[in-house]
Amino acid sequence: MSVEASPGEGPSRFSQARAGVRGFFTLDRLRRSGILIPFVALFVLLTLTSEPFATKVNLLNILDQQSAILIIAAAGTLVLVAGGIDLSVGATYSLAAVVSAHYALETDPVVAMLLGVGAGLLVGLVNGFVSTVLRINSLIATLAMAFIVGGCASLITEGSLLVLFDVPEFGKLAGTEWIGVKTSIWIMAAAVVVIGLLLARTTAGRYMYAAGGNAEAARLAGVRVNGVRMLAFVLSGTAAGLAGVIDTSRVLSAQAGQADTALAFTVLAGIVVGGTSILGGDGAVWRTVVGVLFIALIGNGYVLLGLDPLYEQITMGAILLAAVGIDVWTRQRQP
Amino acid sequence: MAHLELQGVSKQFGGVRALDDVSLAVAGGTVHAIVGENGAGKSTLGRIVAGVLSADGGRVLLDGAPASFRSPRYALEHGVAAIAQEPSLVPELTVAENVYLGSEPRRLGFIRRRRLRRAYAELAKRAGFDLPGQARAATLRTAEQQKAEILRALSRDARIIVMDEPSAALSAPETAQLHEIIRTLAGHGTTILLISHFLREVLDLADTVTVLRDGKLVRTAPASEETEASLVEAMLGRPLTTTFPEKRPPDADAPLALSVRDLVAPGVADVSFDVREGEIVGIAGLVGAGRSELARAVFGANRMKAGETRLASGRAVGKSPRRSLDSGVAMIPESRKDQGLIFGRSVIENVTLAELAELSTLGVVRRRAERRSATGILDRCDVRGASYSAPVGALSGGNQQKVLFARMLLGEPRVLLADEPTRGVDVGAKRAIYELLVSLAESGMAIVLISSELEEIIGLAHRVLVMRAGRLVAELEGDAMTEAAILAAAFADRSAGGVAA
Repeated sequence: MSVEASPGEGPSRFSQARAGVRGFFTLDRLRRSGILIPFVALFVLLTLTSEPFATKVNLLNILDQQSAILIIAAAGTLVLVAGGIDLSVGATYSLAAVVSAHYALETDPVVAMLLGVGAGLLVGLVNGFVSTVLRINSLIATLAMAFIVGGCASLITEGSLLVLFDVPEFGKLAGTEWIGVKTSIWIMAAAVVVIGLLLARTTAGRYMYAAGGNAEAARLAGVRVNGVRMLAFVLSGTAAGLAGVIDTSRVLSAQAGQADTALAFTVLAGIVVGGTSILGGDGAVWRTVVGVLFIALIGNGYVLLGLDPLYEQITMGAILLAAVGIDVWTRQRQP
Repeated sequence: MAHLELQGVSKQFGGVRALDDVSLAVAGGTVHAIVGENGAGKSTLGRIVAGVLSADGGRVLLDGAPASFRSPRYALEHGVAAIAQEPSLVPELTVAENVYLGSEPRRLGFIRRRRLRRAYAELAKRAGFDLPGQARAATLRTAEQQKAEILRALSRDARIIVMDEPSAALSAPETAQLHEIIRTLAGHGTTILLISHFLREVLDLADTVTVLRDGKLVRTAPASEETEASLVEAMLGRPLTTTFPEKRPPDADAPLALSVRDLVAPGVADVSFDVREGEIVGIAGLVGAGRSELARAVFGANRMKAGETRLASGRAVGKSPRRSLDSGVAMIPESRKDQGLIFGRSVIENVTLAELAELSTLGVVRRRAERRSATGILDRCDVRGASYSAPVGALSGGNQQKVLFARMLLGEPRVLLADEPTRGVDVGAKRAIYELLVSLAESGMAIVLISSELEEIIGLAHRVLVMRAGRLVAELEGDAMTEAAILAAAFADRSAGGVAA
């Protein structure tokens, strides 16, 4: 038998408020916004120890380098929140890169860019279809799709590096400066804000939380769980496509199959370090952004301070374990 | 000396006393039956004897010596085996491998397959079972799987076998076969603790019958002194209390709100019924009789195989939850934890989930409007205990249930399917939910109320439909709506057919 709290009584209100203060440093709080604390600490530490760190050039450089990962991770957050996982983003990123590069050599650069993003959207559609309608676990489904998509990318390049130095217009997408900031960063910022608002403010976003939090309850409340998950996968694929095109524009070359898996896991690490639950139903895009940047700062710090990069990987692994651990432990404590 | 004896055994789950100071003695080589309503503590008792659960208080004696079983394995070593309602075999292993699972003849960790086959053949012969040892468990029918479980028990020299609803999943001929096996086992000196819903089965097989009610022992008596009627009376016991709001049946000419015709769905066989506006129709039956499945099929949560469900408007429902909600049919699901609430999200989000489209513009949620309508409806349902922005999991069970009612009310449905709306809810919240149901019916809503608490059905419903094995077997109205009549219909032996009201 549950005891009902008596409402509106002075003492209970008071104790509730006190519990709120005491509960500020709880594990749950740590998971929800705790990522800010180590992020700020690391930022301050690097500012104090490394002169070149807190310069406009270095910080914009980090954002430029991370723009692709940030776009993919923002959309990937939606997939995780909706109760799925997308391991194919690395391969999709590669496919979009080589598709856009391939067509940039043949047709108009704008058409080539659209085709690249479209390839990503298509992969997202297939991922969504396989993991909802065909009910194949999304971990396995997208892992398999990663192989298929990666293979398709290799077919297009036939193993060679596609170089776009003869198509300099392609570089304008990411490399144009506006108010002193590159368009790669502007596009990333716009994509992240749109995806973030989608999750936080729209019915679709609300349904994603419901589908990931309790799929059966969501379905009985009239949520089209499959449709919502499909949307998340399509956005994830499209985002990976956009990211691939942006990076191709940044470096004016594209190659299939390089570091596909590493990218997928870097993205996932950023999302999880940010505090989005791998079990679904909880997370936020802004946290993912902080998580990805936190990992980027660690990499940047190792370079600037001249530390042995071997330890960077070990640090990364430990942080990831801690992030997942906090998620699982706090879940168990919930009623 | 009694073969098995329980002395003052108690068991508590959370705040609920599942068993309260139960003492009984079982003589060796007899069939001892345990009967009671849903939740009376029968299965808990069986699981304590079999070592699946451990008692909080009291003790279990075997041949006069105290035995506290820490695990099923430990119980098995002491000659106590359990056979569950749903057999638990490893589907990919053969029958013989399943029977000797965990006690395979082996050398250096390798299973001695030939010896295993020989041992199985001997065992099957001794038990008089005709069950091929090389068949894969997955290919067996339920009755055969139960035979394999019984063989497993015998292979460990079990002298006490606990059977929890062994015939619930069996057809009539299979049940007859099982009864024969039970008689043979008892004849060979095995003690059987039989837990069953089927009173005729109990009276046929048992030497002694124990009746439990609300976790307490009512009486233990020789089966020859009991009748179905006397058992039902003992199981009911508790007099009807008047904690229910006054009934106001709908006008005789109230229009139909919902009509279900020849509905066939998973767990539901050929069901037809009508509900009028303002009417509360109770659906009673045992767990597994198909009550929830019926509600889920009408709501569209389970797919219909045949038949139709129509609203007064002539509109067909039952295609999908979304379409049912849009045409004014709502459901309070059986389990608020698994099927109702998103525990990690706020109270407000949980309330507005089903009607979010109405509270948004171009897909963007109008958060102020959302908060306003959710707060209004939550206040009306008297939800207390935490801020409406807090996760719904922080509320007490009763308030969580009220949140589900608030979600349902927000959609202003014409038909409500309420499945166990007061399960796990404290007394105060129960009364509030009863009043809410009655006032909704008065406002013209048609309500289908599913409950395992007969008191609740009789106290609220204007008419009761009794289900058994997926079918409607009785319809009771007015003075005919008694606990005894409902139970008799719900419990009636399947071979009896017809309505035993």
